Amino acid sequence: MAAISRDEVANLARLARITMSDAELDHLAGEMDVILGAVARVQEVAGADVPATSHPLAVNNVSREDVVTPSLTPAETLSGAPASEDQRFKVPQILGEE
Amino acid sequence: MSLNYDQAIEKYEPTLGLEVHVELNTKSKMFCGCATEFGAQPNTQTCPVCLGLPGALPVVNKKAIESSILIGLALNCSIAPFSRFARKNYFYPDMPKNFQTSQYDEPICVNGFLDVEIEADDGMKSFRIEIERVHMEEDTGKSLHVGGSTGRIHGAEYSLLDYNRAGIPLVEIVTKIVPNTGKYAPQVARAYVAALRDILRSLNVSDVKMEQGSLRCDVNLSLSKIGSGKLGTRSETKNVNSLRSVERAAAGEVIRQANRLEAGERIVQETRHFLEESGQTRPGRSKEQAEDYRYFPEPDLVPVAPDAKWIEELRKTLPEKPAARRKRLQTAWSVPDKEMAAMVNAELLDTVEETVKLGADPTKARSWWLGEVSRVANDRGVLPTELISVKDIAQVIALIASGELTDKLARQVVEGVIAGEGSPSDVISKRGLKVVSDDSALMKAIEDAIAAQPDTAERVRGGNIPAAGALIGAVMKATGGQADAAKVRELLLKHLGQ
Amino acid sequence: MSIRDNASVMAAALANKEISAVELANQHYEQIASVDKNVHAFLYLDKEGALAQAKEVDKKRAAGEKLSPLAGVPLALKDVMTQKGVPTTCGSKMLEGWRPPYDSTVVTKLKSAGIVILGKTNMDEFAMGSSTENSAFGPTHNPWDLTRIPGGSGGGSSASLAAYEAPLAIGTDTGGSIRQPAAVTGTVGVKPTYGGVSRYGLVAFSSSLDQAGPCARTVLDAALLHQVIAGFDPKDSTSINQAVPDVVAAAKKLDIKGMKIGVVKQLAGDGYQKGVESKFNEAVAELVKLGAEIIEVSCPNFEYALAAYYLIAPSECSSNLARFDSMRFGLRIGDDGVKGAEEVMNLTRQAGFGREVKRRIILGTYALSSGYYDAYYGSAQKVRTLIKRDFDAAFEKCDVLISPTAPTTAFKIGEKSNDPLAMYLNDIATIPVNMAGIGGMSLPCGLAEEDNLPVGFQIMSPAMKDDRMYLVGGALEAALLSKWGKPILDFAPKLAGSK
Ligand SMILES: [Mg+2]
Ligand SMILES: [Zn+2]
Repeated sequence: MAAISRDEVANLARLARITMSDAELDHLAGEMDVILGAVARVQEVAGADVPATSHPLAVNNVSREDVVTPSLTPAETLSGAPASEDQRFKVPQILGEE
Repeated sequence: MSLNYDQAIEKYEPTLGLEVHVELNTKSKMFCGCATEFGAQPNTQTCPVCLGLPGALPVVNKKAIESSILIGLALNCSIAPFSRFARKNYFYPDMPKNFQTSQYDEPICVNGFLDVEIEADDGMKSFRIEIERVHMEEDTGKSLHVGGSTGRIHGAEYSLLDYNRAGIPLVEIVTKIVPNTGKYAPQVARAYVAALRDILRSLNVSDVKMEQGSLRCDVNLSLSKIGSGKLGTRSETKNVNSLRSVERAAAGEVIRQANRLEAGERIVQETRHFLEESGQTRPGRSKEQAEDYRYFPEPDLVPVAPDAKWIEELRKTLPEKPAARRKRLQTAWSVPDKEMAAMVNAELLDTVEETVKLGADPTKARSWWLGEVSRVANDRGVLPTELISVKDIAQVIALIASGELTDKLARQVVEGVIAGEGSPSDVISKRGLKVVSDDSALMKAIEDAIAAQPDTAERVRGGNIPAAGALIGAVMKATGGQADAAKVRELLLKHLGQ
Repeated sequence: MSIRDNASVMAAALANKEISAVELANQHYEQIASVDKNVHAFLYLDKEGALAQAKEVDKKRAAGEKLSPLAGVPLALKDVMTQKGVPTTCGSKMLEGWRPPYDSTVVTKLKSAGIVILGKTNMDEFAMGSSTENSAFGPTHNPWDLTRIPGGSGGGSSASLAAYEAPLAIGTDTGGSIRQPAAVTGTVGVKPTYGGVSRYGLVAFSSSLDQAGPCARTVLDAALLHQVIAGFDPKDSTSINQAVPDVVAAAKKLDIKGMKIGVVKQLAGDGYQKGVESKFNEAVAELVKLGAEIIEVSCPNFEYALAAYYLIAPSECSSNLARFDSMRFGLRIGDDGVKGAEEVMNLTRQAGFGREVKRRIILGTYALSSGYYDAYYGSAQKVRTLIKRDFDAAFEKCDVLISPTAPTTAFKIGEKSNDPLAMYLNDIATIPVNMAGIGGMSLPCGLAEEDNLPVGFQIMSPAMKDDRMYLVGGALEAALLSKWGKPILDFAPKLAGSK
């Protein structure tokens, strides 16, 4: 039985904001199945007593003083923008929540 | 047959939950050195970090951590010996990295409380609001919707983004559920936000300006049928932006939900928006599928693990709690309850205290700030302290005390200062408002008055002191109100052998 | 002096004013002009910027200013590092034409050392791959055999060294992207301790694994470059606030008598090419001759490293690559004035990301999603703890650990591009180092008898003890050089047009 269905992959693509054609979804569902089959073995080894390592080095409390440093100029800020207007980034209409 | 608030509350018990987002008043942003000035030109306070440019990395602002710990301490929380940032992943154009750096299962402060008082039918009633967590996160940018007729998001043709606000430090303060408030739920919600705001202001960690968005409240509310013992489904009313609206939003939700339940309908768990005009809420655009935030520990930041020493140092800097301070000042100044409440509501406690610290009499200070100055400030829609300084009011009060100004002249001085004519001394000299305290000039006026009313003068000589009023009035009139009435009375009585 | 010399030789020639930095840069541009149409190591040449920089160095030298040791030496920069005003694509359509408004810390350090940045090198898209075939701008070819891959993701950097297009290069290593390309091109590549080199300006693939490092043709050259780019950076919260070990002195020492060197049992056997194992064993014999003590060590949890890596790296990348949404920079597709931001975002990400990148984003999105987090991401992070413990135990007994760098020599372009799992196996020996955040080096140890292609030898040192791998690497390199009689690259067939 497949570990992951095409619908699940479609939902992941939606979460990841990537449009995918049906063919892409089919292909990826198959690949994901193989890859997940290979990586699932991480569940075999570590018991509940093993802590997770999210960071290779155990360092705490790195911070900076509350000091203002120069920002980019607006021209630099907008230099890579696909579109801009009135010193702001211009983007397609946002159809989200108000 | 729709239920009003009183009818709704007879059948249903509300349960509250409050989430408050506070923008900290640090000089620089949460994770970069960009300035945080309010109202700057768009995209002038941005850098690779807060724009989320490829390759940029965050570094935490130490002051923001300290402010968060202070808030936790002031709210009686435990400070976590180990806390971490996490990424909250979701896409939105005003969020540069498409994840918010926030805290998730390891927040910096947990398990606190805040006691609030409300005016109940039978006197003051106290409620303990339990705090679940206080955590750090960052604000988003701002979008401006262009085109369409409404200027709102729907119907806009495109949007313009300004990332000046992106990355400003936010602290989110989340209560546990607040049960058993009964009909007082809306008042409790308001009192909590007000008390929280006072604490944040006393800590000097935020501007706490609800109207500018530096303090924003989400009101969660559910109803359960009285006696059922079961919690209902809650709604979340987002970004309510004044104390009054917090109260109205809670009351509005009680009514709306009760009527739905009465009609046999289900309450949907959803976010709602508060409508200022009607006092009602409307549903947000519901998403067809739920977001999955896929939280995980932020690998670009290291854990925050404050040691006991650091926490104790911060604890030492905690100011007096606002409620305690209020009680102390009320006793010291002997202010009646009602006037004290007026001062607090007008947010003039600090101002009056500063004025008193400059030597002014508390009653006088209070009446100047709450009376004359507030009246003009209200008319103009500005803060009293924007009209005149504490120092100037203190000086005016001192001049009255020394007899150099009468109350009437003082009002003219204040008026002049507000009109921008300079300091009180400038106004006095420009307008020639000096009290006539020169005895010889006064004596001349007194003698004139006696000469004009010999009968009255005779009665005063004969011991009828109240009759002196007519003569004093005449002197005051002759000096154009610039004389000190007490002084005139003293000189007149002496002159007439009394 | 020729472009085939080592960086340290070029540095000496520059210091003695036998050649100017401008001449040296121009010689390299000539070589690039003649060979790069076949090798395709570079995505962008910043000739103007580089020559201006070289001129500046020459001016300072003429004025008698004290210069840093590598001043005037050219370098190739992996296209994953931001350089202000110079296109930075990460091998992706998503960033085509994007010119960052800021310098990465590594670039800042290179510039202040007077190192001349020739241009940006090709790579697997967003550093995801082991062959550089995933570049949106076409593959790079291995100078040893143009039909073969130069390793990945930093195939452009390794190929530029092997093709004498640059004597030094910068790479980044998330699961082996510096070391494996070094191995298959007969060059030297070092992944420093995590946090040893600032990541500020390195376009993130997997934040807890990524690390930039030096690529060169000799151990000493790598050490000289390491010295320039390493050190604490207040802009990177994960950078180490400690003195950088003296790697240059270590590379020059050449004395490893009495050192305890551990051979990792799990990094051999099944899946390792015969010629790779025999060249590795011959090199081990050289270490014994140099007086080192060889110990076999077991790291049982390394078996799970690859699986854990292919959960952690995709998870972090799914979040790191979320910012490529067409709103603020880079590609935008489908903005017709009617479609909403979200749809444009979706279409842009469909068009802008290649297949491998999408595969990993989807895998990572899955591993982090509610209901699967504990089983996948959470378990993988626990495996990471076990791998660290294996290293800790091994380093109690040994000063350094060794293994082959990659299980095979360079394979043919196209050979594994449709089999992700086969491709992922290339990193089997390099990944444990990244998982534990320690240092790793690859240097050439000979040519495999089956195919006459270079074999990489990996040296692993404990965190912040990067000098140890330079010490062992320097000594082994010297021993092998005297055995071979000439540098390994001299055994490579001559490239058409090469000087
Ligand atoms: Mg939040
Ligand atoms: Zn910034």
